[in-house]
Amino acid sequence: MSALSQLYQDVVIDHNRSPRNFGRMQEPDRTAEGYNPLCGDQLILYLRFDPEGYVSEVMFDGSGCAISVASASLMTEYVKGKSVAEVEHLFKCFHGMVTNAVDEPPATVGKLAVLAGVREFPSRVKCATLGWHTLRAALYGDTGHVSTEDKGGE
Amino acid sequence: MTIDVERLREDFPILKREVHGKPLVYLDNAASAQKPRAVLDALDHCYRTEYANVHRGVHTLSERATARYEQARRSVQRFINAASQQEVIFVRGTTEAINLVARSLGDTGLSEWDEILITGMEHHSNIVPWQMLCERTGAALRHAPINDRGELIMEDFYQLLGPRTRLVALTHVSNALGTVNPVRELVAAAHAQGALVLIDGAQAVPHFRVDMQALGCDFYAFSGHKLYGPTGIGVLYGRLEQLQRLRPMQGGGDMISQVTLERSEYAELPHRLEAGTPHIAGVIGLGAAVEYLETLDAAALQDHEQALLEDATTRLQVIPGLRIIGTAQHKCSVISFVVEGMHAHDIGTILDSGGVAVRAGHHCSMPVMQRFGIPATTRAAFAFYNTHAEVEQLVQAIGQAQQLLSGKQQAVS
Ligand SMILES: Cc1ncc(COP(=O)(O)O)c(C=O)c1O
Repeated sequence: MSALSQLYQDVVIDHNRSPRNFGRMQEPDRTAEGYNPLCGDQLILYLRFDPEGYVSEVMFDGSGCAISVASASLMTEYVKGKSVAEVEHLFKCFHGMVTNAVDEPPATVGKLAVLAGVREFPSRVKCATLGWHTLRAALYGDTGHVSTEDKGGE
Repeated sequence: MTIDVERLREDFPILKREVHGKPLVYLDNAASAQKPRAVLDALDHCYRTEYANVHRGVHTLSERATARYEQARRSVQRFINAASQQEVIFVRGTTEAINLVARSLGDTGLSEWDEILITGMEHHSNIVPWQMLCERTGAALRHAPINDRGELIMEDFYQLLGPRTRLVALTHVSNALGTVNPVRELVAAAHAQGALVLIDGAQAVPHFRVDMQALGCDFYAFSGHKLYGPTGIGVLYGRLEQLQRLRPMQGGGDMISQVTLERSEYAELPHRLEAGTPHIAGVIGLGAAVEYLETLDAAALQDHEQALLEDATTRLQVIPGLRIIGTAQHKCSVISFVVEGMHAHDIGTILDSGGVAVRAGHHCSMPVMQRFGIPATTRAAFAFYNTHAEVEQLVQAIGQAQQLLSGKQQAVS
């Protein structure tokens, strides 16, 4: 498979065309906004916890490229029911995968492995991680704006 | 008169390379243009055989380097038809040129009564320095809006222009929309109100010849790297009487005639505004770039670029879901577009895999994006070395991107 078809796999195309958990959440416990000033991608993330402190619901809204929308969409499906520590671990694994820090996608990332192709496109890593950075901002109650440019790159 | 594009392409070695196994189709010329052999050779020659610091040595190499450096200044002067060499100040680029004027203008005293007038189609480098100036001085920043075609609304511009306007800063050609502004008319109107005029020529000089004396503007800024020259070098043109009023932004070597520990006398123009060891090789390379361009028939190059623009416009606008942003009557060969259901970033990546280099983003013109209510565009900017075959490749590649992103087709390898 070419690098391009690795990047735009059917699952990615599908999640871009019909993103899951997309839209505005009523009465979220937390929200955060993420922004990628380089391409104008903008998303708002909504979060609810269950009484035990597990993530019970995640939704996102906004606009972006196929990679950022698909990544955020896949993420919302995958983190549901997880603890903050589990989400953090997952983020680290995912980040390692898309920044080429590991050879093989770790088993923990499961279905998110469809985004492994991003590693061949360094300029797109920020797209793939925008949703995640925003999610973490929401998790840690850091309700300001997250910008991909505040982090000194990926 | 027609030009032999294939022969011109021979002058640009990089155009022979491949990207992802496909011949390079370089359509990101508005961001930066490729370099002809004449420029590469001049840089190489400078460092290999005639390199030393300028304006300070009595030895042979320093004299040679100084002569080349000042020859480049004369070449630029001729190229833009400035009245004197002293009116050509070498700076880092358009951005630095604009900042230099904005900084100096602040030093000469602006008050809350004063206004700076810009337009709604400026590059960030012709917005932010003025915002900073206004913050420092209390002066007000006004902007003349653009219409749906991406043209300056003249009535609004004239309405905003008045006795309070100290300076009008506007782009000659919009990098995001391709619009060519009627600068001569605007300069005359501004001068009639007693305002200074700075023109951002970054996107104009690569496309057509400009004539400072005919234009009559007070300042004109452009970058070498978009004009087929090296990076890190650009020009601030200023009318002599206006440059004489500018306070140097930087003090240091080369810009003084006399220094004691208490005070200094500044050197004459242009050196007064060129503190420190300049980008010697860059200046020499820029000189080589304009000398190269002078060997070509400017009108023929422009005709060719206009033909590419027309061809691309015709072909692109019939692609379903594609909308061209910037449909001014007078345009340079820059086409920004959006495609329904496709983000510019994805288009950029997919086109690149086919060897087609375009820009995707806001093009440092966020207010233009806001005006059109879009986050980003894809931009194809043609240089004279581009061909109609490359227009065809662009069109094909957009079709493939549409297929791929609609999920109708697997990516071809
Ligand atoms: C219209 C316009 N003005 C100013 C600039 C800034 O030029 P530079 O980055 O070379 O200083 C650019 C280039 O990006 C431009 O297109």
